[in-house]
Amino acid sequence: MSDFKTTIGLEIHCQLKTKSKMFCSCDNNAENAEPNSLVCPVCLAMPGTLPVANRSAIEMTIMTGLALGCDIPSESKFDRKHYFYPDLPKGYQISQYDKPFCKGGEVEVSYIRTANETNSEQRIETRKIRLNRIHLEEDAGKLTHPAGKDYSLVDLNRAGTPLMEIVTEPDITSPAEARQFMEELQLALKYLKVSDADMEKGHVRCDANISIQKDGKSSPIIEIKNLNSFKFVEQALAFEEKRLTADFENWPEKMGKITRGFDSNKGITFEQRRKEEAADYRYFPEPDIPPISFSETEINDLRLKIKELPKQKQKKFIEAGIRVDVAEKLVRQPHLAEYLETSTQLKHDLAVFISEEVTRAIAEHQILFEEYQTKVPVTKIADLLNLVAEGIISKTVAKEIFYEMIVTGEVPADIIKKKGLEQVSDTGELESVINQIVKENPDLVEKYRSGKIQVVGFFVGKIMQSTSGKANPQVLNKLLKEKLDGHSA
Amino acid sequence: MENLYKLTIQEASTKLKAGEITSSKILESIIERIEKVEPEINSYITKTFEIARAQAKESDKRYVDGKPLSDLDGIPVALKDVFCTKGVKTTAASKILEDFIPAYDATVVEKLENAGAIMLGKVNTDEFTMGSSTENSAFGPTHNPWDTSRVPGGSSGGSAAAVAADECLFALGTDTGGSIRQPASFCSATGLKVTYGLVSRNGVVSYASSFDTIGPIAKSAADVAIILNIIAGNDPLDSTTVKEKLPDYTSFLGKDIKGKKIGIPKEFYGQGLSAEVDKILKDAIKKLESLGAEVEEMSLPSTDFAIAMYYIIAKSEASSNLARYDGIRYGYSNLKKDKTKIKDLIDLYFKNRTEAFGNEAKRSIMMGTYTLSSGYFDAYYKKASQVRSLIKREYEDAFKKYDVLITPVSPFPAFKIGEKLEDPLSMYLADVNTVPINPAGVPAMSVPAGFTSTGLPVGMQIIGPHLGEGKIIEIADAFQRATEHHLKKPEIK
Repeated sequence: MSDFKTTIGLEIHCQLKTKSKMFCSCDNNAENAEPNSLVCPVCLAMPGTLPVANRSAIEMTIMTGLALGCDIPSESKFDRKHYFYPDLPKGYQISQYDKPFCKGGEVEVSYIRTANETNSEQRIETRKIRLNRIHLEEDAGKLTHPAGKDYSLVDLNRAGTPLMEIVTEPDITSPAEARQFMEELQLALKYLKVSDADMEKGHVRCDANISIQKDGKSSPIIEIKNLNSFKFVEQALAFEEKRLTADFENWPEKMGKITRGFDSNKGITFEQRRKEEAADYRYFPEPDIPPISFSETEINDLRLKIKELPKQKQKKFIEAGIRVDVAEKLVRQPHLAEYLETSTQLKHDLAVFISEEVTRAIAEHQILFEEYQTKVPVTKIADLLNLVAEGIISKTVAKEIFYEMIVTGEVPADIIKKKGLEQVSDTGELESVINQIVKENPDLVEKYRSGKIQVVGFFVGKIMQSTSGKANPQVLNKLLKEKLDGHSA
Repeated sequence: MENLYKLTIQEASTKLKAGEITSSKILESIIERIEKVEPEINSYITKTFEIARAQAKESDKRYVDGKPLSDLDGIPVALKDVFCTKGVKTTAASKILEDFIPAYDATVVEKLENAGAIMLGKVNTDEFTMGSSTENSAFGPTHNPWDTSRVPGGSSGGSAAAVAADECLFALGTDTGGSIRQPASFCSATGLKVTYGLVSRNGVVSYASSFDTIGPIAKSAADVAIILNIIAGNDPLDSTTVKEKLPDYTSFLGKDIKGKKIGIPKEFYGQGLSAEVDKILKDAIKKLESLGAEVEEMSLPSTDFAIAMYYIIAKSEASSNLARYDGIRYGYSNLKKDKTKIKDLIDLYFKNRTEAFGNEAKRSIMMGTYTLSSGYFDAYYKKASQVRSLIKREYEDAFKKYDVLITPVSPFPAFKIGEKLEDPLSMYLADVNTVPINPAGVPAMSVPAGFTSTGLPVGMQIIGPHLGEGKIIEIADAFQRATEHHLKKPEIK
């Protein structure tokens, strides 16, 4: 297996979240819209209509290119790509052929590595996946084929949605890396705010090309079309990698590209068409839209519009003392990272609390993050963690207060007062509880004395329970040990 | 007051402002004229007289209030049937759009309506404007008012014939390779092909997008200037429209043309030019000289390549522009017939397009699909694009020296109906003098220059520099003030 080499390249289509469509003024947000309610003469390709390019979509594409290190040619143009299908009203798609808005570029895929078994220090390793180009085009409509009917339905709400196509070089070496690339890219798109980049909603779709090499021989190139989740990208490629490897003996001498689809239910790919049947798209320059040029100044203005990118944020977090894996986790959830940043100081414990507790709490309370954030601004979390650090409350109580804050929006101090949740560090009060519990469980005391010291956990649990978790753990441990050991002495 | 249909815009506008006549009166006169001559001419595909009457009434009120919207207020116009008109059938003279009713108005239609013009209806053209005779129409050919056995030229033959036969005061046409100028020449009208992008194409059914222009066909250069003031200018809905500030085109009327430099490109006067046309052109040029213009022979060597270059690009773009007519969303479709006879999607496409496109449209699709195919693109489309740049440069250079260039519009006068229909190549060659102007992108006007011994009109083509419509109008208007060719009317038998 090790002498097989896998080569993967991806083509990613990403819907841009512009206000209006690519070439007309129709609303670009088709979510939950009635079929064919967001259409006009232009996107229906009525006779005489002309496309007018959406400036904001072009700017988003160039910003993406700048963020990914692409060259931005001073002149670019649109072309027509022809094919007949009912989801394509004009009989051609306006796309870009030989002069895309962005050329080259790269995406860094990173891996967290632990130094070795004895040294748990973490560092980030990166690999660069080169991009070939990024171009802009329009999406097609949607066809549905009602079961048992002799017709199909066409919905053109999506026809004309701006679609940015990102094409990689064949630099990806494994299905897992392909998935990682997709994740990095999605994150960058979210940070650039050019797309919601939700794969489940079809904002991002991926065509994956894979071939296997061995002993100077190459398998045919397989293109797997329309993968719409990270998992499917990896699954489909892994299936194909395995299939091609097993089929090594039967690799043909000469073979063009083969298109396969992916059945996500069965987790397998299936053949769709071979190259010889492939269409001739008859590209030529779109005569209705003059070539588009950008001056150096305009490009620089767009560069200034780019806020922080994931890598920069991660670096900032790590430099502030946040552990690498926590920083990584937060950066991957832009809303949480931004939430953390609303704090006056980037602290590790705060970062940990946000990355672990906030997501869980939101899921449990079934509320929107926006709603959560108005109830619990990050300063309240910082206050809460300070109270823990000062020993006024335990971590367990802190969690209870946190949940209460989500419901009532009160500040921690008020909740503590209201519920009497201050930590019990008073030895007298704790001693009486310990005495009580020890008295009630003579058999366990026996066990402890006979050497089964793990029963301590049971006592701690019981004591915490009867103090509603308010017992100061350090004081409790000390007193309990004295009590148990005292009896044995 | 008799025969109001004969008025020019200039005359009508003066009388309307003076309160001597009303728009409704002009309209009724025109309607009567249309009903009388249409059986001989067949210009109109769709007549919208009821709309026109309502519009004329509104116009009459404005004149009573002393508040006309423009010099075109109350003036009846005929539109080539490729201009989308909201709620009014727009066919492009094709079976595939025989019942098509647009949901929106073309930008120029909107501009004319806002100027108070009166919509008489939609006039004939070659299907999708592809042709030079108006014979390629799903609604039958239009006849030349000067000799009804002859073609009016094309593709704006309906527009030119309607103007010549006084079935409107002016018409709008489109010109992709001569489709305004050649019919204007054949019918003795004054027709202007504008600078590419001067008039919005939004809402006008496309033939070849990078050549298509919209322009007026009228009774005089002065009328052309009035119309141009209304229809020219940038349109946010057409990215190819010009952004420059435009002059008042009527300011070029009534000028002295002494010292104007006129180039005579010799390539347009060679083989194939009829002796009579040559003679008429030479006389016209002499006339201009007598008015003080300086005339000089010059050369545009790339002219010989223009036809080949033009037809490659035009048919490539046309094949693409016709792709939308699939009968799925609108237009002629077997979905409206016996559905059990449709095998599958491909079968539906083939049936719809085979049954509803005419021969020239089909020829365009085949030629254009071929020239854009992978493996042929470089030899045809790309090479043609290079020649196009060459032609463009040649005209730019020429206009560094000359104010305008003058050539015949067509090498011969109007030909017989049916004469060239079965010989597409000779039909293409009818455009030999008009075609080079479209890749050059510059404006050119067809101006009545005289008549043959058998009484057929001959036009001269005045070509101007980029956005030099004013220069052309200046020369044409001076010529028309000194001649009477444009005033002569046909006797319709």
